[in-house]
Amino acid sequence: MIELISKSLCTKCNLCVAVCPTNVFDKVDGSLPIISRQSDCQTCFMCELYCPVDALYVAPEADCSVEVEENQLSSTGVLGSYRSVIGWNPRRPLSDAKDKSYKMFEAMAQSEGIPMSPPTK
Amino acid sequence: MSRVNRLDLRKDLELNTYADVLVIGGGPAGTWSAIRAASEGASVILVDKGFCGTSGATAPSGTGVWYVEPREEARQKAMQSRYSLGGFLAEETWMRRVLDRTWENMNAIASWGYPFPLDDQGQPHLRTLQGPEYMRLMRRRVLQAGVTILDHSPATTLLVDQHGVAGASGVNIQKNQNWTIRSSAVVIATGGCAFLSKALGCNVLTGDGLLLAAEAGASMSGMEFSNAYAICPKFASVTKTAFYIWASFYHESGELIEGAGSQRGRSVIARTLLSEPVFARLDKATDEMKVWMRQAQPNFFLPFDRAGIDPFTDRFEVTLRLEGTVRGTGGIRIVNEACATDVPGLYAAGDAATRELICGGFTGGGSHNAAWAMSSGYWSGEAAAKYAKQLGSKRAARIGTPLDQASAQARSEDNLGLSTDDVVNAVQNEVMPYDRNLFRTAERLTDSLGRLDSLWHYIRHEAMPTGTALKRREAQAMTAVSRWMYHTALARKETRGMHRREDFTAPNPNQHHRLITKGLDDIRIETEPVKAPLGGVLL
Repeated sequence: MIELISKSLCTKCNLCVAVCPTNVFDKVDGSLPIISRQSDCQTCFMCELYCPVDALYVAPEADCSVEVEENQLSSTGVLGSYRSVIGWNPRRPLSDAKDKSYKMFEAMAQSEGIPMSPPTK
Repeated sequence: MSRVNRLDLRKDLELNTYADVLVIGGGPAGTWSAIRAASEGASVILVDKGFCGTSGATAPSGTGVWYVEPREEARQKAMQSRYSLGGFLAEETWMRRVLDRTWENMNAIASWGYPFPLDDQGQPHLRTLQGPEYMRLMRRRVLQAGVTILDHSPATTLLVDQHGVAGASGVNIQKNQNWTIRSSAVVIATGGCAFLSKALGCNVLTGDGLLLAAEAGASMSGMEFSNAYAICPKFASVTKTAFYIWASFYHESGELIEGAGSQRGRSVIARTLLSEPVFARLDKATDEMKVWMRQAQPNFFLPFDRAGIDPFTDRFEVTLRLEGTVRGTGGIRIVNEACATDVPGLYAAGDAATRELICGGFTGGGSHNAAWAMSSGYWSGEAAAKYAKQLGSKRAARIGTPLDQASAQARSEDNLGLSTDDVVNAVQNEVMPYDRNLFRTAERLTDSLGRLDSLWHYIRHEAMPTGTALKRREAQAMTAVSRWMYHTALARKETRGMHRREDFTAPNPNQHHRLITKGLDDIRIETEPVKAPLGGVLL
């Protein structure tokens, strides 16, 4: 779930408020947005992708809130890491062009014919 | 403040307007629908409960697409591939036209500049789309087409008059502003229902559009095919079952679970989970495949990297998250090639509509669903625009009545005091357990329906709804969907597609038909024949 809006990085652009599909954030006049409805977060990581300054951190735990330490996230390079790998950080190329899904599909086709089958047999 | 002033203020706060076509939902189906309707010259408004571009199952994920070159041999193979898995309920004419449409639409996406990867021969590979980039592009195309987008604006009721559907009303939850959009046609593209299971991107998918359509008199089809579950690390939200083809599954002791697998062995995982935790490790991936997997779906690795788990060498606990009708195939019944519903002026597209026509009673997600979303979106938008045009110059003068006013009059005196969370939990307790929804019996379905039917009666007629109206409405929709699912599952006394009955373990040739589900309070089931089986042969 969303755990952090970095006070030092956030520019109050409120893009996260706009793009969150489950309306987790609230805009606050003259201040940083706040996480108002954390339990509504669906852990989809979309806010992190859209944040232009890597000020957000979504912890992978989907069902419970966890403690996070901004200094530690920052020093280990976790902040902005997903945006970087997807290539939405302007310093990195788009990942779409490197998409190797077709290699997986080829292997799947060779192994069992189709990607997935029903939970039967 | 005088009374008159207050009324004026409220009027200012409300958005009241007209559009030829109103599209409800801004995922792949809704965006394709809006773009196509606008290209026919219609005025179009798209409302999304969340944000068009991030909402829904596609945006945070990646998806394969049923994109098959127009060669007969390749098309035959594609049509055969899931035909038996789907219980022979797909129709050849629909599969062919979806394959044709998907071919055209994917080529359009390429021409719009989507950065497709190049394969080993240096050819663009158009069989996969990365959700964030695909949906960012679609939002841009929707706006370029002149469509107005209202984000964070769930529809709460359809408007109707004697001619059919005439728009919808809802609320912008960020502006706390009511909206009413009168329209000549409405396209429901709200996705399926995953019951707030936190399967990736699925928590906006609570079946709202199915309830809107049913209140207007639309029927459902294939609601028994609603028991999809995805493999997921227990702590996380990233549901990517395909990756687990390279996994082995283990007991807590480290001993291998015989027969467990992502494909044919998912039921073994489910049965084991009923009594003990299950662990997985992706130990079948070659070094080469490990690199490809990271490049195919970076988000698969996100939870692992952040939790300090190496999924190729560490064993991690897994669960099965319910995907309900999102990767099931049931939804609003489609009556013709325009993706019209039973109600004049109302169309359905994407996961909100039944996908049985192209995949029968089974889909693995992605692929067929992605192809269906862009095809049905395209056709519904085209048809909705033409329908609006045909209504003539006085079409904007229609004033529909909100459907929820009618149901509001029927309030009972009962008030059990159930909070919205109580209602959601009560529904989840019936639809999430593997031994109820995945492994079905008449006894357990009937048992669940006893509670779900009374819950529906309560939430539909409660004297004093509590909590926010939007969440209450979602709880209502989930309750409705769960009842359609289980009433229909009870009626299909056989095992077919993903629908599994432990008391009827084999397919029954006498039940080779679709099941149509009608009604809100009294649910009725009818049958509908499969008109165009593959190769013209009924199996």
